[in-house]
Amino acid sequence: MSEQVVPVDAQQVFPREEGEAGAQRRIGVYVCHCGGNISDYVDVERVVQGIQDNGDVVVAKTTMFACSEASQQDMEADIKANGLDGLVVASCSPKLHTYTFRGVASRAGLNPYEYTQVNIREQCSWVHTDDREGATHKATALVAAGIGRTRNTVPLEPMVVDTTPHTLVIGGGIAGLRAAIGLADVGLKVTVVEREVAVGGWVKTLGKMYPHGKDGRVLIDTLVSEVKKRPSITVLTGAEVVGKAGSFGNYRMSIRVGGEGAGTIEILVGSVVVATGFDNYTPGDGEFGFGSEGVLTLTQFKEMVDAAKGPLAWKGRPVRSVAYIYCVGSRNTGGCSNAYCSRFCCASTVQTAVQVSGLDPSVRQFHLYRDMRTYGKFEPLYTEARDAGSVFLKFDNDEPPTVAMGANRKLTVTVRDLLTERTELALPVDLVVLVTGMIPRANQDLVDVLKVPKGGDGFFNEIHPKLRPVETTVDGVLIAGACQGPKTSAEAVTQALAAVTQSAAILKKGYTEMEPLVAVVDADACTACGDCLTTCPYEAIKMTEEGERRFAVIDAASCKGCGGCVSYCPENAIDLLGYTDDEISGVIADMIEVRV
Amino acid sequence: MTAHAAEPGSADGFVPRILVFTTNTISDPGVDLAGSSHMHYSPGVNVITLPCTSGIRPSWIIGALEKGFDGVFIATDGEECAYLHDCSKRSNRIVQTAQTTVKERGIDPSRVRVAAICSVCAEPFTKHMTTFSAALRAMGPQKAG
Repeated sequence: MSEQVVPVDAQQVFPREEGEAGAQRRIGVYVCHCGGNISDYVDVERVVQGIQDNGDVVVAKTTMFACSEASQQDMEADIKANGLDGLVVASCSPKLHTYTFRGVASRAGLNPYEYTQVNIREQCSWVHTDDREGATHKATALVAAGIGRTRNTVPLEPMVVDTTPHTLVIGGGIAGLRAAIGLADVGLKVTVVEREVAVGGWVKTLGKMYPHGKDGRVLIDTLVSEVKKRPSITVLTGAEVVGKAGSFGNYRMSIRVGGEGAGTIEILVGSVVVATGFDNYTPGDGEFGFGSEGVLTLTQFKEMVDAAKGPLAWKGRPVRSVAYIYCVGSRNTGGCSNAYCSRFCCASTVQTAVQVSGLDPSVRQFHLYRDMRTYGKFEPLYTEARDAGSVFLKFDNDEPPTVAMGANRKLTVTVRDLLTERTELALPVDLVVLVTGMIPRANQDLVDVLKVPKGGDGFFNEIHPKLRPVETTVDGVLIAGACQGPKTSAEAVTQALAAVTQSAAILKKGYTEMEPLVAVVDADACTACGDCLTTCPYEAIKMTEEGERRFAVIDAASCKGCGGCVSYCPENAIDLLGYTDDEISGVIADMIEVRV
Repeated sequence: MTAHAAEPGSADGFVPRILVFTTNTISDPGVDLAGSSHMHYSPGVNVITLPCTSGIRPSWIIGALEKGFDGVFIATDGEECAYLHDCSKRSNRIVQTAQTTVKERGIDPSRVRVAAICSVCAEPFTKHMTTFSAALRAMGPQKAG
């Protein structure tokens, strides 16, 4: 199969090195007071004096607030008046203002990648408030290094990639189905792949769900009928994603349809929404009595309650009393390894208890909890459960409850209640319900195909929990629902719709721009040894031929810009743009120049 | 002599210069957080930020020590690296390559250190800098080659 490789032309990105070694640059340097955040601890005037005579420095100034509108306009005017071809701003962390000053450069007609941010606040003035002399020396060295780096910068253009207006949704649960409808409604083609023989996921197995007692089966039926109304949605059940090739905006996904050994089909998509959901925690043998007759998980109990038409019965005997043990499989309860809170279970349990009271108000219900987390709008459910007669007992995780089966085949739960001076209580009950949480799906095959990183908890990792909550480090591959972490179905749907918006943002323009800071191979230096080929998990590196010559080439659209391949090249023929050998070696040398 | 006595202005005036490699999205924010929390470490510490510590060339570490840095500290993302699942292994390989080479050139390989620093690891980072700085002071200056 032929790969469409989009290499960055190394000759094109190093134009100044072409017979112009040591070419003069015209660099503007601005050292920020940040009100006093910097200048109270760093003598900014001395920093400017220390670097103003460096070669290539044409403008060197201090500024009260570099990020202020007035200061930005000054910089733009300086760039134009002095024909500057490089910009250095020494102020705060690059996380805060890189884009601000790239904007200044752009507006003044300077390539934004000719700009260097130097951090003299978080990493200088604020950590050396006790040492003005040391901080001033250090700031001077950092600014000198920033100038050195700017000497070696080259103009770069964001990469433009055409995108395919088609999204693959993996998982046909509530999040996947809702995402599919949303994607179709913004005008994208959608393919939903579901591993099971029918869509609906866990929600399809549920009766009444909190907060308003809506039936899970009805919710799924509603979504399925909406899906059917939209011809742009294709649903493949009994199908699995088995391959991913291509790069951002144009992924070729292989889907096996019809089980092991059956044929695969290939579809071209611009984005992927992963909505593979969760699994229920299964307690270990003997964990809080699990395995004994009458000890159930919340999932099993909920199924029994949903199916009940009248008072509950277990194996033909009426259920007169129930003990719920919370946090089983979550929050390291009883020594389990999952540190996270599963989030849905407190509310789900009190809702189930209310359902049980509705079936038979005389059933005695004991809730053994660590902390009740019926957060936000679910809090009234907790009150409702108490009003309906549920009793809540708080246990200490250092001394969790125990479950024993007596000679009379009766279950007894023993607990020390923290709220009544650690009184030990023995509760004879008909059923024990272990309030089990969520665990990540066991789907390593899919993880290997998508290459989306998982966190230490086994759930998929977003890039940023607040600012980029559904994006992953694999561009165009989005995560929604419980595959990202334990959550309620309402929250899963919210994320699904966020993934719809993000897909639209990527695909509706028809093209996308990407940071050009990718790895490049110097074809002249490459000896085609092949050492780099296996170093890229994103499969961005390929061997290519041009006439007689073979050399490695890196697909700019697949490259993540990590630089992981760089150190494997025995010929030093690979450079990461923005972090080239010249740039970093130069920075190191410049930092050393200024003695402490 | 107390540790403080060797800070700038002290009799011997030796402030070890430490080059730190951090990563844009994880360890550098951790180092920034030390700043915004107004913690303190030696002004001999200088940071270069990269996308990932797996992208460090051993020659940068070796060159830094030969040019006059007294120590090099690699602040990796550990298991949190967003790019490479085997980032720790790769970063350690780079560090070991550099350590082997500097040893051959007569430089104490313990002048190169590596540790995982997360985006909220402000205090661990500060402690690393303080102990590394003290260790380098005990070793004395690395003579530029």
